[in-house]
Amino acid sequence: MSSFYGVELKSRLLLGTSRYPSPAVLERAVKASGAQVVTVSLRRESGAGRAGQSFWSLIQSMGVRVLPNTAGCHSVKEAVTTAHMARELFDTPWIKLEVIGEADTLQPDVFGLVEAARILSEDGFEVFPYTTEDLVVAERLVEAGCRVLMPWGAPIGSARGLNNVYGLRSMRAHFPDIPLVVDAGLGVPSHAAAAMELGYDAVLLNTAVAEAGDPVEMARAFALGVEAGRAAYLARPMEPRDMAVPSTPVIGKAALGD
Amino acid sequence: MRIFLNDDMHEVAPGTLAAALETLGFGGRKIATAVNGRFVAAAARPRTELADGDRIEVVAPMQGG
Repeated sequence: MSSFYGVELKSRLLLGTSRYPSPAVLERAVKASGAQVVTVSLRRESGAGRAGQSFWSLIQSMGVRVLPNTAGCHSVKEAVTTAHMARELFDTPWIKLEVIGEADTLQPDVFGLVEAARILSEDGFEVFPYTTEDLVVAERLVEAGCRVLMPWGAPIGSARGLNNVYGLRSMRAHFPDIPLVVDAGLGVPSHAAAAMELGYDAVLLNTAVAEAGDPVEMARAFALGVEAGRAAYLARPMEPRDMAVPSTPVIGKAALGD
Repeated sequence: MRIFLNDDMHEVAPGTLAAALETLGFGGRKIATAVNGRFVAAAARPRTELADGDRIEVVAPMQGG
């Protein structure tokens, strides 16, 4: 079982809470996914507003652990301040650290990410960095104190799956003892299964479930995909070959030709 | 004095962040705060004196991915 800063999770699916058609659908989707961790965020609220309070009540009623994010932060200062606000608000040292560097792809600013990760780790945070599959950046993040790495599969919300399987496989080989989570870009359960077949410890997704025609059923489908991929990884898949190999033995075949 | 809370201007009596938040309807709410871009913990709000023109951020839990 993989350990995320000392927390062992049975479910290897981490689910986002955004973009669902209604709070009721969100609640049912989380239940159907089996997720034990959901990502949450923080946004401005007015004195008259109550949206944040009712959302928090809903999350608490589900009995899941929360992983707050710094979504939308484009600078180290913004991300660090947001992390502090999140730690107090959600009463957890966990932080999904996002420092966005490019508006179209939402690609992480890996330089700012490493800097923010160092500042937060030294301040007692347990950082889940949203990063790329770049091995050198990953090394820097580990040096900065990260004990989990979360490379993207594809740009956030793109549903493109694993854009760089080679890079993700290299990362798994390079960091055999660091829990790795594919975060972002997954669209269908087979993408999640593919990540798990590479030996990843978990996947984190949101939009693929929230914006499915039936989010609850898609949450269940992703849970099955994750489970299938993990089981396949543990069962040690065969290596691909260039040529065909008959699965049915040729020896003993009846001689029926001319 | 004038303060800006989530970019909206408010006229409040001179005093602490805690007092301003109470006045503006945030009493007892699950929120986190920053003043002029610096995080201010809940415990520090009663001793954080505001100045004219201060920019306050008030955030609450929200859906996230």
